[in-house]
Amino acid sequence: MKYLSLIWSTLFRRKTRTLFTIFSVIAAFLLFGLLDSVRGAFANVGHNVAGASRLITISKQSLVVSLPTSLLMRIQAVPGVSAVTYANWFGGYYQEPKNQLVTEAVPQNYFTLYPEFVLPAAELRSFHDVRTGAIVGQSLAQRFNWKLGDKIPIQATIFPQKGGSNTWMFDIVGIYHVSDPNLKAEENQLYFNWDYFDQATQFGGGTAGWYIERVAQPKQADRVARAIDAISANSDHETKTQSEDAFTAAFVSQFADIGLIVGSIMGAVFFTLILLTGNTMAQAVRERIPELAILKTIGFSNRSVLSLVLAESVLLLAIGGAVGLAIAAVAVSGIRAKLGPQIPMLPVGTQAWLRGVALMIAIGLVVGALPARRGMRLRIVDALSGR
Amino acid sequence: MLMKVLGWLPWILTAAVLLACANGQVRSVAQVGISTLRQRLGAASVVVVGIAGVVGVLVALLAMAQGFQATLQETGSNDTAIVLRSGSQTEINSALDHAATVVIGDEPQVQHDAQGRPIASPELVVVASLPKKGSSTDANVEVRGIGQDAWALRTRVRMVSGRRFTPGLRELIVGARAAKEFEHTELGSKIDLGGQPWTVVGVFDSGDEHDSELWGDADVVASAYRRGDGRNSVTVRLKSPQQLDAFKAALASDPRFKVDASTTLDYYSRQSDLLTRTIRILGTTVAIIMAIGAIFGALNTMYAAVASRTREIATLRAMGFRGGPVVVSVLIETLLLAIAGGVIGAVIAWALFDHYTASTLGANFSQVVFEFRVTPALLAGGLKWALAIGLVGGLFPALRAARMPVTEGLREL
Repeated sequence: MKYLSLIWSTLFRRKTRTLFTIFSVIAAFLLFGLLDSVRGAFANVGHNVAGASRLITISKQSLVVSLPTSLLMRIQAVPGVSAVTYANWFGGYYQEPKNQLVTEAVPQNYFTLYPEFVLPAAELRSFHDVRTGAIVGQSLAQRFNWKLGDKIPIQATIFPQKGGSNTWMFDIVGIYHVSDPNLKAEENQLYFNWDYFDQATQFGGGTAGWYIERVAQPKQADRVARAIDAISANSDHETKTQSEDAFTAAFVSQFADIGLIVGSIMGAVFFTLILLTGNTMAQAVRERIPELAILKTIGFSNRSVLSLVLAESVLLLAIGGAVGLAIAAVAVSGIRAKLGPQIPMLPVGTQAWLRGVALMIAIGLVVGALPARRGMRLRIVDALSGR
Repeated sequence: MLMKVLGWLPWILTAAVLLACANGQVRSVAQVGISTLRQRLGAASVVVVGIAGVVGVLVALLAMAQGFQATLQETGSNDTAIVLRSGSQTEINSALDHAATVVIGDEPQVQHDAQGRPIASPELVVVASLPKKGSSTDANVEVRGIGQDAWALRTRVRMVSGRRFTPGLRELIVGARAAKEFEHTELGSKIDLGGQPWTVVGVFDSGDEHDSELWGDADVVASAYRRGDGRNSVTVRLKSPQQLDAFKAALASDPRFKVDASTTLDYYSRQSDLLTRTIRILGTTVAIIMAIGAIFGALNTMYAAVASRTREIATLRAMGFRGGPVVVSVLIETLLLAIAGGVIGAVIAWALFDHYTASTLGANFSQVVFEFRVTPALLAGGLKWALAIGLVGGLFPALRAARMPVTEGLREL
């Protein structure tokens, strides 16, 4: 620590060069912060504490094939299942086709299985009482400026009403929010009464898209899942039950291998960065050979010279990296504020900072290694005489 | 308009710089700089690799967007139209009853075949879940139930191996790309659809979105999925592309059903819009940030290059060389490094990613398999970025070289 001022002054000995290098490091870590936030959003889907005790049952054929509602009672009777609900995908859009919505028809007990959706008790009661009632997430409500009591027309894309009309009217009776900032994307759904759907739809009524079960003991989840699937074995509606995490992870992986894309970009970025900062460090040490020789003459050990150079390159990376990640953090929260939390970007949190700092130190050591070795190995006599 | 001019700027400026080589003074100054490049390989490689990184990432990401868009757009054409239930944007969301599927083919705008029958194909779309190769999870695959007319509509389709399915039997043919991505798709394998075993009897190739699908007889698929005689869509061949409006009007005036028609080109283009745009924005953003990093790397290298040649440049100036040739010679050196970087980046992106296969969840809630396409236009675009970075990164060091006071420069060691 006592050498910090020495390291600092050698680092900024050539101000322009160091600043330019720092700008490159900033760019690299800005990119790291942004991409890591995207990767995190996809990796994070479905990973929440409440989800650990939930199972999802879908048709074995595929998610778009619905299941008979008669399964409800039989699943409820499976030992280890403490609650069951179901949902039907509805979809639809508001005003224009580009405003596609995540809309589901759900029975009244749905929200008891989703305690992460925070909803005033009075609003939940009116969901029970109003047939055309709908409960929407706070982010979704803000996006379209919906308030409690609003009547909103939603255009169906799959299910027309019995008269042939595609317009479904809903009364907003509740607005829920999600406290965990990493799960804000869950605030983009609209839920409405399954009974309304069942009575008004031209087709698709009397079925459940998928079932959601809460297991009393998460440890027994596998056994319970097998017992649920056994109910429909060899019937014409065989089911597949898995944990909510596994279900969502499989679903997300169908979009793209986000990890691979982000990984390849970051690989290219950091390879370039290592070369670039390595070149700067090599230049810096080359110019300073006589100075390093003097340090050795006045008693600095080989090891201290090595550490001084390594510390300098780590410091270079740390300054640029910290600034870059800080800019990324500001940018991500700006983007989230502007476009809403449905954008797949997680806030830059402790985890991202830890990964970033680890990268800064690792890259700093890698690019400092060769120049530092050169400094350590120099022979005082040769260096002082400029050979 | 402004964007267009800006887009041409790197080419124009580079051409101007290179043309300046016709000037003897410029040529001799530039030659000295370039001949000493070998001694500065380490520093010079910073410019080359930095720019190669930008161009490689940019071209690869844009090639992904390009490949996805092309795969979908080539599926559609101007003279075929797809009819869906009003309000539905995709086939899977649409439903048409039997009466509608018959009436749609009878509209006067629909082309007839040699036997005088309308070319109209009522089709069924269902989604099945199959294990993906090299992964433990299942993914959705689109199963299309078709009739005879489907062949007349998709003229690009040809059988690669095996034969077409026999109508009335539980037989499937598999798109070439689906065969690459999913298990159980070899000739003779059994696939479980709707709880019944189906046999794969052929592999077809159309070079477009249909390659990601499994095809079977519409009636048999319908019975397996208990779908009765309703269908998801009807695709027809129009007598000419101009007939679309009349066709739409005819359908709209029929009180028996509510449907929408659009050309298949339109339909498939719409499906690619969102993802294509997202990837392009992502690619450009990443490339801009990387380019900023690369510019500072180039600045560092070129400032160092100019500094190491201080004395030599000052000598030239003292001999009567003017500032202009010095500026241009430094720019030429940077541009040569930039072109090298651009070419390396573009070649790497082309070698690694041209025809690279990827898949994503498409509009019909099932996997669309597509290949990256590294087109000449994308390569040229990448090179343009390289030149722009080279110009910016070389300009300021070049100006410094020219402004250097001669007397001080001569005294430098």
